[in-house]
Amino acid sequence: METTTAIEWILACHTNDVPENGGACVKLGEEQIAIYNFTRRGEWYATQNLCPHKQQMVLSRGMIGSTGAHCEPKVACPFHKNTFSLISGQCLTNEEYSIKTYAVKIADGKIFIGI
Amino acid sequence: MIKPTIVVVGNGMVGYKFCEKLVNKSSDFRIIVFGEEPRHAYDRVHLSEYFNGKTAEDLSLSSRSWYEEHDILLHLGDPVQEINRSAKTVHSLMGVTYSYDFLVLATGSSAFVPDIPGVEKEGVFVYRTIEDLELIKAYASNVKTGAVMGGGLLGLEAAKALMDLGIEETHVIEFAPRLMPRQIDSAGSTMLQSKLKELGLSLHLNKSTSHVGGENKIEALHFNDESVLSVDMLVISAGIRPRDELARLSGLQIGTRGGIVVNEKMQTSDEAIFAIGECALYEGMIYGLVAPGYEMADIVAAQITGISKLFYGYDMSTKLKLIGVDVASFGDAFVTEPDCRTIVFEDTHKGIYKRINISIDGKYLLGGILIGDADAYNILLQTVNNKLILPPNPEDLILGTRGGAENEGAGVMSLPDDALICSCEAVNKATICSSVIDLGITNIDGIKKCTKAGTGCGGCIPLVKDLIAGTMKANGQYIKNVICEHFDYSRQELFDLVKINKLKNYDLVLDHFGKGDGCEVCKPVVASIMSSLWNDVIVKQDTIQDSNDRFLANIQKGGTYSVVPRIPGGEITPDKLIVLGQVAKRYNLYTKITGGQRIDLFGAHVNDLPAIWEELIDAGFESGHAYGKALRTVKSCVGSTWCRFGLHDSVSFAIEIEERYKGVRAPHKIKGGVSGCVRECAEAQAKDFGIIATEKGWNLYVCGNGGSKPQHGQLLATDIDKETLVKYLDRFLMFYIKTAEPLSRTATWLNKMDGGLSYLKNVVVNDSLGLAGQLEEEMQALVNTYHCEWKEVVDNPDLRKRFTHFVNAPEEKDPTVKFDPMRDQVKAKW
Ligand code: SRM
Ligand SMILES: Cc1cc2nc3c(=O)[nH]c(=O)nc-3n(C[C@H](O)[C@H](O)[C@H](O)COP(=O)(O)OP(=O)(O)OC[C@H]3O[C@@H](n4cnc5c(N)ncnc54)[C@H](O)[C@@H]3O)c2cc1C
Ligand code: SF4
Ligand code: FES
Repeated sequence: METTTAIEWILACHTNDVPENGGACVKLGEEQIAIYNFTRRGEWYATQNLCPHKQQMVLSRGMIGSTGAHCEPKVACPFHKNTFSLISGQCLTNEEYSIKTYAVKIADGKIFIGI
Repeated sequence: MIKPTIVVVGNGMVGYKFCEKLVNKSSDFRIIVFGEEPRHAYDRVHLSEYFNGKTAEDLSLSSRSWYEEHDILLHLGDPVQEINRSAKTVHSLMGVTYSYDFLVLATGSSAFVPDIPGVEKEGVFVYRTIEDLELIKAYASNVKTGAVMGGGLLGLEAAKALMDLGIEETHVIEFAPRLMPRQIDSAGSTMLQSKLKELGLSLHLNKSTSHVGGENKIEALHFNDESVLSVDMLVISAGIRPRDELARLSGLQIGTRGGIVVNEKMQTSDEAIFAIGECALYEGMIYGLVAPGYEMADIVAAQITGISKLFYGYDMSTKLKLIGVDVASFGDAFVTEPDCRTIVFEDTHKGIYKRINISIDGKYLLGGILIGDADAYNILLQTVNNKLILPPNPEDLILGTRGGAENEGAGVMSLPDDALICSCEAVNKATICSSVIDLGITNIDGIKKCTKAGTGCGGCIPLVKDLIAGTMKANGQYIKNVICEHFDYSRQELFDLVKINKLKNYDLVLDHFGKGDGCEVCKPVVASIMSSLWNDVIVKQDTIQDSNDRFLANIQKGGTYSVVPRIPGGEITPDKLIVLGQVAKRYNLYTKITGGQRIDLFGAHVNDLPAIWEELIDAGFESGHAYGKALRTVKSCVGSTWCRFGLHDSVSFAIEIEERYKGVRAPHKIKGGVSGCVRECAEAQAKDFGIIATEKGWNLYVCGNGGSKPQHGQLLATDIDKETLVKYLDRFLMFYIKTAEPLSRTATWLNKMDGGLSYLKNVVVNDSLGLAGQLEEEMQALVNTYHCEWKEVVDNPDLRKRFTHFVNAPEEKDPTVKFDPMRDQVKAKW
């Protein structure tokens, strides 16, 4: 069976809840999602909050930045500094890991996460 | 054209590597693979990492789509049961039949289980597949004691895994009188034993097991000497047995002690059938390591595609991973005099044993053993394998050149072009060097991607790094210590730029002197530079701070934080002690006296930090900067106020110094110590700066370090008075702050300094650069602008708000944080 589900947008928090050029964690149901306010680029990203390396709920506390010729946006886990692409979720320091990424929509100072 | 069909039996490491090699060489074959295990090939070498959080997916060597892309037909969970050699067909358990032009047996081996009564009992395991590990993990969750039968390479790895699984008591039972009998000699083994005991393993040598006791499940091991050891589980790691049953059934020649006999083309007694990996017996030998298996895979892929390449045996050098003690043996580890000259270095205190065997004429290295410190393994192995001529003092190989200048990297560059650097992926020196020269690749990740070197066991990575650096240097490329891809400057250069341009904000620094959007390397470096220059409240730019600085606390396992108030000089009043106890109790914090003469409260939720600090500040405490690259502690001994030997009041001086430099940020943390006499109870010579009372005043030592490579401080000035000492300290610290590379302690900084201590002395004591006045002023400015950053947060509602876990539910704590009870306190649940 094939179904096409439209993205469901869930209100997460307000834009001023997330520090500039940094991340914050929101709770959506039972899930913890990290939202990043990439002010420098005027972009928003969201990923799972769990770092797959040692299963730590910390990615929202990581530093964000970019890497490579195409300035791939990334977040570095505060624990052991594994870095993850904010676009694909692929771990950039260890091919074997990847994280979930979510779509983000901003409207009226509110942040919505696409599930 | 109909493509010839290759059937591969076994989808283990070597079977997979064969497919990879073949499709890389040619697409003219139809490949069909049968695997008995339910999943496609995974990295068995790193199997133990399954216990450290890696998933089966993580260990996987490729994806299902890889097989699809290369048109490889994969039958998993379906072992081949029969080979009909005359019809050239194979038949699987599920009833699939294929004919083949060539058949490749890569059936590997299985764990050898000795025939001891009771081994069938519940709680007895082997250690070979992911399924084995799943069973072990499930069973280990409610046992207290475990044992491993077999003290070889794999047995010790399994023992470490049991310890990592949280089993309180782990035993290793070895039949032979020593550990790793196949790799190391008895002196090395003795050293290894004492190191392993330190790690908490119980070792039982010379023990042969008579039976496994217990009703249905294992309860004890009974030995032939009548002794009994009660255990809740057992992992058998007593060797491997080649999986030759299928070959045997089809009438192929099998060795007397098992293994499919192959020639140097890896052909079995049937020309159309090859055997590779751990099932193959070449010249009476089973190669139980992955690198020779990969070499065999390459040889068969070559044979089939019409290239002539032969197997000539393989080096069995090994380095033990994981166990927490370096162990390596290489080349001919066991030759003895008079067939060679042996040089042995032993340091029982540090637990280091090194042995090298040298040819009688002193020209060549034959082999050796390294325990406790195997840093030299790669280069020694290369020296053996490439028959490099030894230096006149071959003992330098294990002792390092003493006295003279060290020529780092020269060793690797002198290797011949065809020296095998990565044996797992068969990458030689020339390939790596040409990637650097021709493709301009200058980092290890790039080399991994383009040559695959370093992607197997990872043991060659240090060597690859040296090669990259060596090649760049030889090529005239200037290796500058730039901060990262975003800043083409060294820390010292950037420090000056930020200072001259008076930049106080990270984005401005990036806009002026950098490119891109920054990263986790340059952000904290710039943050540290700005603190050392302007001393602003760091949390105002919280997202450029390193993890611990962002929340002004050290992050811990599970995501909680620790709280370390400053206790200058280690002196504390009873009232303050009581407050610490009350706060710890109120917030359920684990309380411990640290190695730095103060008290650490662990396990605080990020939400609780401001309230905890509010209480502490009210009681007169300040931040201890345990989270910062900043002054930590100035350790004191009790000194002349109480001690009968004390020459001066070391506690007062320690407090004075700690109060002076508290909050000062640096490239790395700074620690000090003040002792009241030469007995040195404050261990001042192990600190970044150490002060020791003399009859006439104080001696100042600098650049000591604990940590993994301890180093004693060196004497900078003798018999000076307090004022002079503080002046020297100001200059010394500020000079370090301005010129050291990121994350380099004072010891490393001095070690790399041209001219070493005499240069430093000239700068600090003789003012050779004419900078002394400026350095003192700069330090005074930092001292004058000190603030307790926790007080800033506690008093500022906006800053306080940042200490939440969920921004959309600020009151809620992270529900994934869990604690376990331990000795009337808690510990992180892990
Ligand atoms: C708490 C304490 C252990 C204890 O229970 O006693 C400790 C705990 C940590 N040490 Fe330490 N060190 C502690 C005394 C030491 C000492 C002994 C001393 O200071 O006298 C040393 C050796 C002396 C030295 O530094 O030269 C020491 C050498 C290290 C090192 C290695 C530094 C080096 O130069 O190689 C690290 C790693 C690093 O900083 O990169 C480290 C790192 C750490 C970290 C920060 C690891 C981390 O990043 O999480 C630990 C933080 C625990 C936490 O969550 O609070 N710790 N650490 C001690 C705190 C002292 C204090 O009151 O501030
Ligand atoms: C815990 C552990 C740690 C190790 N550490 C190291 C190390 O540090 N360095 C090192 O070099 N080596 C190490 N090894 C050894 C290394 O894993 C082996 O040398 C390597 O896996 C051998 O590859 P192989 O393909 O020959 O055998 P395997 O990887 O065992 O693969 C053989 C496969 O064939 C399957 N099979 C068998 N019979 C049939 C059949 N009739 N039909 C279909 N499929 C069949 C088996 O189920 C298995 O999946 C370690 C091994 C273990 C278990
Ligand atoms: S030595 Fe230091 S860093 Fe290591 S575990 Fe102990 S406290 Fe942590
Ligand atoms: S837990 Fe994230 S890098 Fe280790």
